[in-house]
Amino acid sequence: MAKFNKKPGGEMPAISTASLPDIVFMLLFFFMVATVMRENTLMIENNLPYADQVEKLDKKDLVMYIYAGKPSANYKQYGNVARIQLNDKFADVNDIAAFIAAERASKREELIPFLTTALKVDKDANMGLIGDIKQELRKQNALKINYTTKKGSVFGRD
Amino acid sequence: MAKRAAPEVNAGSMADIAFLLLIFFLVTTTIETDSGINRKLPPIEDNNENVVIKQKNIFTVLLNGRDQLLVEDEPMELKNLRKAAIEFLDNGGDGTCTYCKGKKDPTSSDNPDKAIISLKNDRETSYKMYIAVQNELVAAYNVLRDARAQSLYGKSFSEMEANLNDVNWPGNKTKLKEQLEKIKVEYPQKLSEVQ
Repeated sequence: MAKFNKKPGGEMPAISTASLPDIVFMLLFFFMVATVMRENTLMIENNLPYADQVEKLDKKDLVMYIYAGKPSANYKQYGNVARIQLNDKFADVNDIAAFIAAERASKREELIPFLTTALKVDKDANMGLIGDIKQELRKQNALKINYTTKKGSVFGRD
Repeated sequence: MAKRAAPEVNAGSMADIAFLLLIFFLVTTTIETDSGINRKLPPIEDNNENVVIKQKNIFTVLLNGRDQLLVEDEPMELKNLRKAAIEFLDNGGDGTCTYCKGKKDPTSSDNPDKAIISLKNDRETSYKMYIAVQNELVAAYNVLRDARAQSLYGKSFSEMEANLNDVNWPGNKTKLKEQLEKIKVEYPQKLSEVQ
């Protein structure tokens, strides 16, 4: 029965690593596709609140973002009261009108009625500021808004 | 001259390069959160017509600067708000609402079409609390619509909406849209915010 005898010193063959680059490339492509480069550098704290009755914003190019929150650690000179950020700089409530007009001008005319304003507001901001923003949006007739939130239960959080 | 074979390029370091890129993209990736509560702001109108709404058809929710809730003139915990709102909306006090399952209390709302939720907040109210309250009120409508859709079509409202947005859904979309509209008419979202 010599046929079935183990060869002396029969070691495990080394696992081929030739397919490793393929696997890594696969992962690489996944992350390249999934990556969204941030458009705006946030100068504020932006810790979104939680809600569970959320709907998805599907058309990313038809969304105008208004950020609000208190200035983050690098921008302490702007105080610690919640402020509005439009594009890359701090703004005033009065600047919203110009911002909306600019956003509308950059879109095709037939798409303007579908523009949604996403409010990305820090959870510790107070409603006075948001009330002002909403009033300004009403004046500009930008009535579709979305309070951007994280998905999760509203209870049991600080 | 004799033909010389091109020397083979060593591909052994390709994995290293790919790893480097992979790590870069791993670090820079931020999964964007683009979901939230959709709302529609009321347009600014200059007519000052006073629409008379019966007090019993209004469900007042007050949110003060210390994030405390006052619902129908009584303090309430956030966790009870959804149930209270459902009871109010589904009351069907005047008997015209055939599908309501509420208590038919004559001192509460007449029917879901007339029932209005009025939300008022202070300037000092925190955004987190405001979103939580909005969430609970929207949830109340969603619960009622889900229940109604379940009894009419055997599917929940959210499921039907998901089907409508799904391009691969095989069913009849115009019919589905009509069904959704019917439920939206039966339980209209009348949530007003006082400035």
